[in-house]
Amino acid sequence: MSNGSSPVLEVKNLKTHFFTRTGVVQAVDDVSFSMYEGESLAIVGESGCGKTITALSLMKLIPHPGKIIQGEIHLHSDTGDVDLVKQSDRQMADIRGNKIGMIFQEPMTSLNPVLTIGYQLMEPLKLHLQMTDEQARKQAIELLRRVGIPAAAERLNDYPHQFSGGMRQRVMIAMAIACSPLILIADEPTTALDVTIQAQILELIRKMNQDLGVGVMLITHDLGVVAELCQRVIVMYAGQIIEEAPIEEIFNNPKHHYTIGLLRSMPKLGPHVKERLVPMKGLPPDLLNPPKGCRFQPRCPARQAKCAETPPLMPMGPRHRAACWFPEEHGA
Amino acid sequence: MLRYTVERLLWMFPTMLAMSLIIFVIMHATPGSPLDPLAANANPLTPQAQANMARHYGLDKPLHEQYLTFLWNVVHLDFGISYVQKDREVSTIIQNTFPISLVLGSLALIFATTIGLTLGIVAAVRQNTWIDYLATSVSMLAVSTPNFVVGVLLIVVVALGLNLLPIAMTSADLFDPWSIEYWSKNWTFWILPTITLGVGPLATIARYTRASMIDVIRSDFVRTARAKGLLEGAVVMRHVLKNALIPVVTIIGPLFAAVGTGTFVVEFLFSVPGMGKFFVTSMSGRDYNMIMAVLLIYGFFLAIMNIVVDLLYGFLDPRIRYN
Amino acid sequence: MSVEKVATAQTIAVPVAEEIGEVWLAPKPTSLWRDAWFRLIRNKLAVAGGIVVLLMILVAIFADQLMPFPYDKSSLSHANEAPSATYWLGTDYIGRDLLSRIIFGARVSLLVGLGAQVIIVLIGIPVGAVAGYYGGKLDSYLMRFVDVMYAFPQLLFVILITTMLGASIINIFIALGLTGWVGLARQVRAQVLTLREREYVKASRVSGAGGPYIILRHLIPNTMTVIIVSLTFGIPLAIFTEATLSFLGQGIKPPIPSWGQMVGENQQYLRSYWHMTIFPALALALTMLSFTFFGDGLRDALDPRMNK
Repeated sequence: MSNGSSPVLEVKNLKTHFFTRTGVVQAVDDVSFSMYEGESLAIVGESGCGKTITALSLMKLIPHPGKIIQGEIHLHSDTGDVDLVKQSDRQMADIRGNKIGMIFQEPMTSLNPVLTIGYQLMEPLKLHLQMTDEQARKQAIELLRRVGIPAAAERLNDYPHQFSGGMRQRVMIAMAIACSPLILIADEPTTALDVTIQAQILELIRKMNQDLGVGVMLITHDLGVVAELCQRVIVMYAGQIIEEAPIEEIFNNPKHHYTIGLLRSMPKLGPHVKERLVPMKGLPPDLLNPPKGCRFQPRCPARQAKCAETPPLMPMGPRHRAACWFPEEHGA
Repeated sequence: MLRYTVERLLWMFPTMLAMSLIIFVIMHATPGSPLDPLAANANPLTPQAQANMARHYGLDKPLHEQYLTFLWNVVHLDFGISYVQKDREVSTIIQNTFPISLVLGSLALIFATTIGLTLGIVAAVRQNTWIDYLATSVSMLAVSTPNFVVGVLLIVVVALGLNLLPIAMTSADLFDPWSIEYWSKNWTFWILPTITLGVGPLATIARYTRASMIDVIRSDFVRTARAKGLLEGAVVMRHVLKNALIPVVTIIGPLFAAVGTGTFVVEFLFSVPGMGKFFVTSMSGRDYNMIMAVLLIYGFFLAIMNIVVDLLYGFLDPRIRYN
Repeated sequence: MSVEKVATAQTIAVPVAEEIGEVWLAPKPTSLWRDAWFRLIRNKLAVAGGIVVLLMILVAIFADQLMPFPYDKSSLSHANEAPSATYWLGTDYIGRDLLSRIIFGARVSLLVGLGAQVIIVLIGIPVGAVAGYYGGKLDSYLMRFVDVMYAFPQLLFVILITTMLGASIINIFIALGLTGWVGLARQVRAQVLTLREREYVKASRVSGAGGPYIILRHLIPNTMTVIIVSLTFGIPLAIFTEATLSFLGQGIKPPIPSWGQMVGENQQYLRSYWHMTIFPALALALTMLSFTFFGDGLRDALDPRMNK
């Protein structure tokens, strides 16, 4: 689907830094990527690599003391092309929940405990689509039905604590897609859920992606989740994109040694698996003082002198780019 | 909800009974009596006269009998005769003075909650701006200053220094809370007592509201609300406020108590003819009937207010359902 | 992602050391008290409050040396004098030196504040510890009693007790102690409840230690921070209650001065001689404020998680 269609989102040289008392944390450092209409894109990396801040930057919901200090975020919609970085708070509010929806990691705390599900679900409908109470109520029931909540009409008056974690995440999804956004950002949507529920939620997200054509941006550290859902993968490390490729390429022909490390540390299922899991050594670097040159080099098994220079994202094949001077050669 | 309310109301009876018994025991188990010549304000009487008086007021009977008689009378809203203000029924005194205290307390609470909440909310929303610093330091000052010190400072600065407001209630007009005429003539008298009584609770409410708002503003569901496209004002009004008020409600109970005891001080300082002022004089006179009546009324009100607070709590927080 | 760099660095550092087996440089081991001390002295308000509290303690101890006149020496020829070179803060309606009375008042306030804490500690800690450790029926009875006590305003009970027993200093802090222990008992109980399930307590129990031993040896020492914080707030609260009591004329009896009593006695002369009321009022306000600042700082220093 991504092939040939036009980009809905173009991020150029985005830098989001946090100005803390101890110094400037370069959480997102010069990140550029595009997302295509109806595509399902994964942003993968260890915790602290900047993937969540990248997503929050798109919504301009960066927590204090973070700021976008540079870059452009172009959103192409039927109403034209806007640079989100330049939008005012009021203009951003029109985009959030309307053009871009977002769901979060913690379904247990992401819904307001003192408001009914119905109220929370109707809120974006009334806000962005100017629906009346009656219309919004009807639509809310329809949305709940669509995300697979039984007895939708009755549950509208229930409060979040009357729902299970999986059900709450369904409600969150219903809320995020209520206004048929171009993009649904899902930040670790299944991390806090049981394995069986995880599969159901991923299935639901896939359905939304395929049936409604909503572009899905999945933020995760779990390559297993990516394999189930996404067409294209962006791997982030220490605030930067280090590899970007279609899903099969990432699994069969990873170029960056960090991506390889991630894959090795991931359990595989199947009859012929004999490989042992190899944990990656070390930890992501401190973003207050990132290493010079390639940021992965202190942990990299293929490190050489040239790695002291910062590698740009270099083409490695069709639609495959990686930021590594000595990419892995896959002969076998 | 209704069942819970009724149950709580029924529970008040044993509580009040226990309280009256404790007060009764403390009063009678300690040396001295209202007729004791050593007590302040009591007339020195001959032992013969004392015995006569004791018989007259039933103070010579066994304690349990005195207590039962007392209870029987209280059920009929008869608190007996004041030993200090002789010939006056305690119930009459209370009828005349309690409304004044009640009005003063209510005014102070209204003042404290409206300004305190506003201050707390503004400080939280404008966190780390000068408004926040000002609100935080003023409430820090107000929380830790005794109310009579606040009152004295207000009198010196506002009443004596700037000559803006009267100090004491010297008006000849009879207090009538429902008369517009009374208020239009006398409203200035009430300002300083209300501020003095309300400023401590105000500061407490402001501090709790601010802390609780800041807590809620950081929570996940507020991020969700923003992600939906709500503007910051709507986020605060619709998603933060109700959640932030839940912990604030819990301190309203203790605040009622603070305002209640505060009325003693404030009425004494500003010569407000309320129940608190009478209570203070009745204390030194060992005016059993008066003390008992004031404490019981006080306890009753506190108990009612605690129930109201609990119900309010349940109303704000759907996770709490009483059954 | 967390921006608190220190926190993340510490939480992540441990697994690395175990994982790659390299020498991990731990930060210099510092004790809880040392850490708390450094956090405390970084807090300017707390330090300022602490200094004033310290000064007040010194004034209370050396009151006899500091007073320019005996606190009860009246001189009718010098009644109602405004502040002057002889009487720095002026005199009251029977010509007693206000400065001397305020200095001696510091001793009274502190004595009441500390005396009440002794009783509060003696009742509150055992009740809280026993209720928390043994649990069950005993716990629920004790706590129900605590709840009843908690619901009723302290000042009323104190007034009741002191009017019945007579208002000497000792009776006042007995009254304050008897009514003030509930808060401490509650906090100690809550702390003991969580400590009871810790490994070292279980280990001690398994190795045959009895309840009293565990309570004294393991539980109470570990509730020390809670107790200290509770006491730093308890002292100003007791001073406040005594001041209110004395203000109403139900507390410390003249000629012994108390700040609250001085305010109460002299406020009728506010119109003409405001200095008689304002100085003791300011002394009281300053003391309360200093204790609050110091207490807040101490609480944050001893347990940064307790507040925010």
